[in-house]
Amino acid sequence: MQDTANLIRLLTAIAAIVLGSGGIIALFYGANWLVNGLPYGLRSRVLPWVYMTPALAVLAAFLILPTIRTLIISFMDRRSEAFVGLDNYIFAVTNSAMLIAFRNNLLWLVLVTSISVSLGLVIAVLVDRVPYEPLAKALIFLPMAISFVGASVIWRFVYAYQPPGFEQIGLLNAIVVALGFEPVGWLVNRTVNNFALIVIMIWLQTGFAMVLLSSAVKGIPQDVIEAARIDGANEFQIFWRITIPMINSTIVVVSTTIIVLVLKVFDIVFVMTGGNLDTDVIASRMIKEMFNFRNFGRGSAIAVILLLAVIPVMVANIRRFQQQEVNR
Amino acid sequence: MNSATLRRHLSQMVTLGLSLSLLSACNGNQTQTDPDASGPGTVTILGVVVGEQQDRLAAALAPFEAETGITVIYEGTDAFATLLPVRVESGDAPDIAMFPQPGLMADFADAGQLVPVDAALDPEDLAAAYSQDWLDLATIDDELYGVWLRASVKSLVWYNPQEFEAAGYSIPTTWDQMIALSDQIVADGNTPWCLGMESGDATGWVGTDWVEDIMLRTAGPEVYDQWITNDIPFDSEPVRNAFERFGEIVLNPDYISGGTVGAISTPFGDSIRGLFTDPPRCYLHRQANFIASFLPETVVPGETVAVFPLPGINPEFGTPVLVAGDVFAMFNDTPEARALMAYLATPEPHEIWASLGGFISPHEAVGLEVYPDQVTRQQAEILADAEIVRFDASDMMPGVVGTGTFWSGIVDYVGGQDLDRVLANIEDSWPN
Repeated sequence: MQDTANLIRLLTAIAAIVLGSGGIIALFYGANWLVNGLPYGLRSRVLPWVYMTPALAVLAAFLILPTIRTLIISFMDRRSEAFVGLDNYIFAVTNSAMLIAFRNNLLWLVLVTSISVSLGLVIAVLVDRVPYEPLAKALIFLPMAISFVGASVIWRFVYAYQPPGFEQIGLLNAIVVALGFEPVGWLVNRTVNNFALIVIMIWLQTGFAMVLLSSAVKGIPQDVIEAARIDGANEFQIFWRITIPMINSTIVVVSTTIIVLVLKVFDIVFVMTGGNLDTDVIASRMIKEMFNFRNFGRGSAIAVILLLAVIPVMVANIRRFQQQEVNR
Repeated sequence: MNSATLRRHLSQMVTLGLSLSLLSACNGNQTQTDPDASGPGTVTILGVVVGEQQDRLAAALAPFEAETGITVIYEGTDAFATLLPVRVESGDAPDIAMFPQPGLMADFADAGQLVPVDAALDPEDLAAAYSQDWLDLATIDDELYGVWLRASVKSLVWYNPQEFEAAGYSIPTTWDQMIALSDQIVADGNTPWCLGMESGDATGWVGTDWVEDIMLRTAGPEVYDQWITNDIPFDSEPVRNAFERFGEIVLNPDYISGGTVGAISTPFGDSIRGLFTDPPRCYLHRQANFIASFLPETVVPGETVAVFPLPGINPEFGTPVLVAGDVFAMFNDTPEARALMAYLATPEPHEIWASLGGFISPHEAVGLEVYPDQVTRQQAEILADAEIVRFDASDMMPGVVGTGTFWSGIVDYVGGQDLDRVLANIEDSWPN
């Protein structure tokens, strides 16, 4: 019974994928065929729009409309029945739990972005010189393939706590106890719990930073480096004056990607601590207000704040892309 | 890598991520028996019961289907509180919903979306089937909306009779005796209590249950009711008292296996295992009857595990019982739904589920002999004998308090935060 149900589910999923992708291909072929019937001059102007329309429609339906709706709801009460002006935003910037979430998010942004990018960069440069480079890179990149929830489950075991005197099943506490100290409640102790969570994200993102930065490092022309060597530059000078300036744009792209990821992070907090003991971040607060407390107004206001926080990063990113297009 | 290929890579990753999330969104987190057969002769139920208990619910409803020919389509979900409002607001309400909290049911009753139960049942039959406490819990604005099926008894202390006997301990009948016993266990070089509050994003409910139990025992049922409706503020004296009394146990590092850090980080389901280790990590564990499904397999009910009611504190209030439960209420007034509601108020489904285990019935006509083992029978007896029965307060409070600041507040309190700040925080969060 359960088996057939699962089989049906599997077949439905396969059918959905085949029909979905097939349908898109058919749509594009059909549209292309129609456009080909148009006169030549018109055709080249219409064709890009034909190809972009489905994407634009999906964007409008699933991104732009919900954003506008969220914006409206954020000015309304908990059940979206009456306008309450700025109340939800005032709550979001004065409530003590929210202030802690803002502080934590700042901590996450600074630490995750700086540490994972710099670690990734150092590894990328160093790994460029070792014989078993692919293996080393694969190992560091591996966590990237794990979902945030999966990674959190793994790290729950690393941080597991047992009272003193009992066998420690958590890796970290086993080491701490073997060194002769008392076990630490990594997720309970307010001075370390936020850092314990941030480490997980760094573990996940360093590989991502490393892979992109590594290919950028490899893209630096050898003759530039050789010229520097001939001029008497040592390895540190090459790193600071040649490597970094030449891969600057990649560093910025990687950093902005990680910044956006960090702003969205919620899974790690949700699985590890549930936001207890001052570990909430903005996104986990949003989920709580929206779905646990069913206060649509507050949840939406927090979502809008999050959106506003992402916009400068995106604008900077797009500007940079445009700049490069011009330079080319 | 130049920026154009990088951008292409990124956009591919984004597309992949989007399509994956769309796929998973279609998949939901629910078990569905038969999604699209709700024509005549069927009744649909949305409930929280999944897994093994879902099979038992099906067994309890089987005689109804056999007798009436009505097909019951049950849909179990662990996202009930999110899914049900969405279903109702989109015009796709189930005929009957199985609410785990009366608070959520009251929201729908207030909005006029539920059908009072007297459409289906004679109020006098119901009055004979359930005690007044249970009826009151399902009554909103003088209209009775719900029929109770499953009860959880929360005011239980679990212990290991063999270890108790070996150490020469006896079961306490007053709170002071219980504290004296705890001190004696400490004096004997052991730890009295196992207490684990970790429960994912619901971490803290174990602690709030403790406080609720103590509230009932120190302040009494009337103050308890005022507390639920915020007629007395959350930072008032009775609530502070209850927190402090809980603190006397949980904040005492000698009392709790693993101390406060252990209390916050131990999963609630693992906690009871401490009773059965050799030597035992602890001798006492206060937890609801449903913890029975977390017992190690080697444990024999009645021999190596038993319960006693959490003792009273103020003799005026005796030994009150804190409960939770599932209540059925009707969204669509169909003949099939009425028939099912009437069936649920008969002893038959209660007796079937009770005989299968893991279930306590609030029904008056269900005899103790239907329960499969001594320990469950004793729990049913505690519930039946209780003079004061009150529902889990955090389930009755507004969600932002009951599943939010009260839970996180108790974790903060156990984590060492100042009680004034904890209580003021919870009081501030109460919706106007």
